[in-house]
Amino acid sequence: MALRIPRALYDQLRQHGEATYPHECCGVLVGEFDEAGGKVVKAAVQCGNTRTDSPQNRYHIAPSELVHIQREAMLAGQDIVGFYHSHPDHPARWSSTDLDEAHWTGCSYVITSVEKGRAVLTNSFLLLGEEDEKRLEDELYEVSAE
Amino acid sequence: MSIKVLIPTPLRPYAGKQPVIEVSAQTVGEALSDLAAQHPDLRKHLFSEDGKLRSFVNVYLNDENIRYLSENATPVKETDILSIVPSVAGGI
Repeated sequence: MALRIPRALYDQLRQHGEATYPHECCGVLVGEFDEAGGKVVKAAVQCGNTRTDSPQNRYHIAPSELVHIQREAMLAGQDIVGFYHSHPDHPARWSSTDLDEAHWTGCSYVITSVEKGRAVLTNSFLLLGEEDEKRLEDELYEVSAE
Repeated sequence: MSIKVLIPTPLRPYAGKQPVIEVSAQTVGEALSDLAAQHPDLRKHLFSEDGKLRSFVNVYLNDENIRYLSENATPVKETDILSIVPSVAGGI
């Protein structure tokens, strides 16, 4: 399985989107890469959205937060394995903006559609390729008991 | 002197799959140069053709963005940690 995420963390990231509605939420997925290239999420770190100018359709995680999360993850023997954000009243599919701003190749980009304040669909996409020819592909994920 | 550079997930394939690389440097610029010298495949992922950091690549010296320090001229000391983090953004 490409991405495995515990039920509690899955619910948490969806609820984050509900809490910030009608604005986009965002966060970092911390976990481990397995030998088969799959990812197991161990933590979903809620982040602030610095796009206070346009939070209803844009998100940006402060690099200072990423630095801190990356450092803490590595101290714990883990890695940043992906990111999540929400699409208020918009499908859970990546946009051209999502692709343009995606730079963490090999990581998962999890998107939740939040319609009228309720989390509906959550999809995961894997960023592949080098910067000049990158793409986001549908990624299978499993919500595990723990 | 020798300092540590934390390599983000997407750049590890170009850095011998290592999460941390030690470089020899007196400044941030020397640290990045040594990093690219040790792992030449990293160069195009860090720098544009004009030799400047790519716009989406953030480099932090401990908790400070080097863009707000002295950039490449920022001095480093033995206990410093250089972190490379590509930006994370998007939207509808």
